[in-house]
Amino acid sequence: MAKTAVQEFTKGLWAEIPPFRLVLGLCPILAVTKTVENGIGMGIATTFVLICSNILISLLRNVIPKKVRIACFIVVIATFVTVVELIMQAFAYPLFLKLGIFIPLIVVNCIVLGRAEAFAAKNGVVASLADGLGIGLGYTLSLTALAIVREVLGNGTFYDIPVFGPTFEPFSFMVQAPGAFVCLGLMLCIMNMLGKK
Amino acid sequence: MSDYILLIVACIFVNNILLMQYLGNCPFLGVSKKMETAVGMAMAVVFVLVMAGAITWIVDIYLLKAFGLEYLRTLSFILVIASLVQFVEMFLRKSIPGLYAGLGIFLPLITTNCAVMGVCLINIMEEYSFTQALVASFSYAVGFGLALVLFAGVRERIILARVPKPLQDTSIGLVTAGMLSLAFFAFKGMV
Repeated sequence: MAKTAVQEFTKGLWAEIPPFRLVLGLCPILAVTKTVENGIGMGIATTFVLICSNILISLLRNVIPKKVRIACFIVVIATFVTVVELIMQAFAYPLFLKLGIFIPLIVVNCIVLGRAEAFAAKNGVVASLADGLGIGLGYTLSLTALAIVREVLGNGTFYDIPVFGPTFEPFSFMVQAPGAFVCLGLMLCIMNMLGKK
Repeated sequence: MSDYILLIVACIFVNNILLMQYLGNCPFLGVSKKMETAVGMAMAVVFVLVMAGAITWIVDIYLLKAFGLEYLRTLSFILVIASLVQFVEMFLRKSIPGLYAGLGIFLPLITTNCAVMGVCLINIMEEYSFTQALVASFSYAVGFGLALVLFAGVRERIILARVPKPLQDTSIGLVTAGMLSLAFFAFKGMV
C-alpha cells in the first residue's frame, strides 16, 4: 500500500505532469506566469484544492450516486476554492489581488475535476491524497518553470530581483499574451524531445 | 450608444477572451482540429454565455449582494452555470432537436469552460449594469467564437504542413495560437 502511494505521488511529477503530459488546466498556466511569485502562489492554491477535494471525494465515492457525480464533485471543489479565496484574502492579500479572477476560476480548472473523476472517484483515501499531492506539485513545478522563463526574459528579474544588471533590455514579448502561448508551446516541444515516457 | 459600440469592440477584439485574457483555452485547443466542431462549440458558447451572464448578474445583485452573501459567489455561479447547461441541453433535446444534434456533445463541456465562469465574474467585477453585462457577455462570446474559428482554419492547414515530430499536435497549436494572439495584440490601444 505504501509503495503504491509513493508511486501515485511520483507519477504526477514526471510521467503525468500537468499540463505537459495531461493537456489540462492551460488557462491559469498562461495567465498567471508573468512572475515567479504569481506562479508559485497559483500552484500552491491549486494544490491545496486538489488535495482537499481528492480526499473528500474519495471518502464520499461510495455515497455519491453515479448520475449526479459531476455536480457533486463541482460543489465539493467550489467549496474548497471558496476556502482558499477567503484564506488568501486574509493572509496574502497582495497576491490575491494579483491573481484576481483566477482564484475563483480554479473551480473550472479541468485538472481538479479531471483528477476527481479519473482518480479519486475510484481509489482509496491514501492513494487519492498521494495523487492530489503529486499532481499538485507537478502543476506547481510547471507553473514555476514557465514563470521563470517568462519573468527572466520578459522583465530581467527573478522573484523581483534583477538578474541581468541595468543594461538589459527586457524582452517584453514574453510577459504579454502571445509570448505565453509561444513559450508554453516550445516548452511542450522540449518535453516531447526529452522523453516519450 | 457609442459607449456600447466601444464596449462591443473592446470585448471582441481588444480584450479577446481567448487570446488576451487566456480564458477558455482547454476547448480552444481541444475542439479546434476541425472547422465543424469549432463552429459547433462557438455557437454553443454564444448561446450559454449570454444566458449565464444574464442569470448570474441577477443572482449576484438580487440574492448575494442583497443578503450580504458575496463569499458564496464562486459556489453559486458554478451551480447556476452547471444547472443552466443541463437545462439548456434538456430543452434543446425536446424542442429543437436540429440544434441539439448540432451542438450535441459540446454543451456538457461548457460547464468546465472557464470562459463562461470568467465572463460572469468579469461582469460583476467591472460593475456593469444589466444591459452592459448582457452586451459584454454576447461580445465576449462572439470574440471567443471568432478566435476559435480562425484558429481552426489555421490548424486545418497545419495538418498539411511538415511539422517536426516533437512540435506536433498541441505544441504547434500553442505556437500558432501565439501568432494569432500577436495579430489580436495589434488591437491593443484602440479603445
